[in-house]
Amino acid sequence: MKKVFDRPVSLKDVQTHFCPGCHHGTIHRLVAEAMDHFDVQNRTIGVASVGCSVFLYGYFDIDVVEAPHGRAPAVATGVKRVHKDKIVFTYQGDGDLAAIGTSEIIHAANRGEGLTVIFVNNTTYGMTGGQMAPTTLPGQKTVTSPYGRDVGSDGYPIRMAELLANLEGTAYSVRVSVNSPKNILEAGRAIKKAFGYQVENRGFSFVEVLSACPTNWGMDALKANERVGAEMIPYFPLAVFKESDR
Amino acid sequence: MSNRLFVKGNEAVAMGALEAGCRYYFGYPITPQSDIPEYMSRELPKLGGEFIQAESEVASINMLLGASACGARAMTSSSSPGISLKQEGISYMAGSELPGLIVNICRSGPGLGGIDASQADYFQAVKGGGHGGYHIIVLAPDSVQEMYDLSMLAFDLSDRYRIPAMLLGDSVIGQMKEALIPHRYQPADLPAKDWAVAGKGNRGKQTIVKSLYLGDGELEAHNWRLHKRYDLLKQHEVRYESFECEDAQLLVTAFGSAARIAKTAIRMARAEGLKVGLLRPITLFPFPEKAFLQATSTSKRVLCVELNAGQMVEDVRLSVARDADVFFYGRPPGAGSLPTPEELLAQIRKYYEGK
Ligand SMILES: Cc1ncc(C[n+]2csc(CCOP(=O)(O)OP(=O)(O)O)c2C)c(N)n1
Ligand code: SF4
Repeated sequence: MKKVFDRPVSLKDVQTHFCPGCHHGTIHRLVAEAMDHFDVQNRTIGVASVGCSVFLYGYFDIDVVEAPHGRAPAVATGVKRVHKDKIVFTYQGDGDLAAIGTSEIIHAANRGEGLTVIFVNNTTYGMTGGQMAPTTLPGQKTVTSPYGRDVGSDGYPIRMAELLANLEGTAYSVRVSVNSPKNILEAGRAIKKAFGYQVENRGFSFVEVLSACPTNWGMDALKANERVGAEMIPYFPLAVFKESDR
Repeated sequence: MSNRLFVKGNEAVAMGALEAGCRYYFGYPITPQSDIPEYMSRELPKLGGEFIQAESEVASINMLLGASACGARAMTSSSSPGISLKQEGISYMAGSELPGLIVNICRSGPGLGGIDASQADYFQAVKGGGHGGYHIIVLAPDSVQEMYDLSMLAFDLSDRYRIPAMLLGDSVIGQMKEALIPHRYQPADLPAKDWAVAGKGNRGKQTIVKSLYLGDGELEAHNWRLHKRYDLLKQHEVRYESFECEDAQLLVTAFGSAARIAKTAIRMARAEGLKVGLLRPITLFPFPEKAFLQATSTSKRVLCVELNAGQMVEDVRLSVARDADVFFYGRPPGAGSLPTPEELLAQIRKYYEGK
């Protein structure tokens, strides 16, 4: 009999701490599959950010450096400049990457650093209890936008994949979602491609993954999953925004 | 390598770092230290190293964190406002037990302040300028030669103890030119960096560089581990210069550029027959506590001179013999606020034998 499905070797055989219905777990698996696909587990260095994904090193069986909140692209830059032959990725939430770390991500992309960035957009600050994020949708209620995000005073949700695609240094920028089997397959392909860009030394690659946070959205797992399709995808279209052929 | 060179302090730091094997520099321009990134941008590519002009001080200290986590000898440099921005990263490096060289060519503050020589960042440097209760190694050069020598020493100490090291200079030391005799770096006998990330490779075991400790009692244990290392520094790595101290009735203490001015004043005082000496801390952390205790077992009067309104004087007071008197003379810096040797001589006369 042929085994067709197994735990990726880059993923440890442990239970995650993520809430039921949280997509972080699925995204972790896709990242591990990409590492396995290119057989780079032993030469990959992950950079963990601050947020619900901070325990990355507990799940990925790879070397990991933990970065201060938002600074993962700068830490990863230092790592990659020393280890040019290694695969270096960051894994960051929307609060991490699109708020406190906007400067670091824009400039790492603009320098064309040979990094792969996995950007998990769940429209809220998960770990700190569901505050408004730069990606929170107009009208969305959070604990710090209790009347709903008012674009007049809070500004508009930032579309990072589009923003970074505008930079010369970005080689690959895409937005995917993991809210359906079809989208999970698509997301897996995009994450593999993003790692492939780095394996082939083709520059900075960026994957924005729309993700559910049932706990802070105050929904059960199924409702949260539905919300991704019903509310997030219309605002954050799933598309490839840049695919450099250099 | 024995020829005498005539170089700026800032260049000497960069030269010493390169000689010590530093191959990664990350920084952001700020006066009065920009000669350092300028030198590095010119020389590092020739050595196969990497220079990055980062988008901010925040980014550059985190690039240093990343490079250091890989076990590389790496550095950043800045001046006071930029060092404030780096404090987040310095705290994370301290918590992650990462070495690395941070050069602070201080200018006056607070805020934008001015670009004049200042020692008002003493507290920030030696008391753990970022959050969490930690120390870094702080070295205070008083000459171009020491800028060179201490940058090598900073790397060695930092690697040995896995504690970030700061070279605390100021715009006088950074900008002045004087003779430098370069010499070869003698590699120290340092422990292997088996904690560095490199990809799992064939080790079969993952390596994690982190400062997050959430398990019961884990963080306390981690902190005690760090603090025991600070004690080791105090035992083994204290450095200071003692100048004309043997028969001194009044001990002057100052570091960096203030010590140079003080030295001139002491020579003038000696010419007048006053028995005055200088105890100059070279390591500000670890502070030469024992040297002060010992020196004040005979000379009971200490005059602390600083280019600020009084910071190191607190550590001096904590270190001297119980019955010693500690006086302070300092001027918060700014254009035209550098004390002259004559000014310090007047202070020496004032505190000598209580006059
Ligand atoms: C400098 C700093 N500011 C704030 C925090 C608090 N903090 C921890 S996690 C977090 C937000 C994380 O949200 P996000 O990046 O969206 O990730 P998620 O938890 O949703 O996966 C914040 C603000 C911090 N750790 N450091
Ligand atoms: S709080 Fe939200 S993002 Fe964090 S683990 Fe729970 S569901 Fe996931």
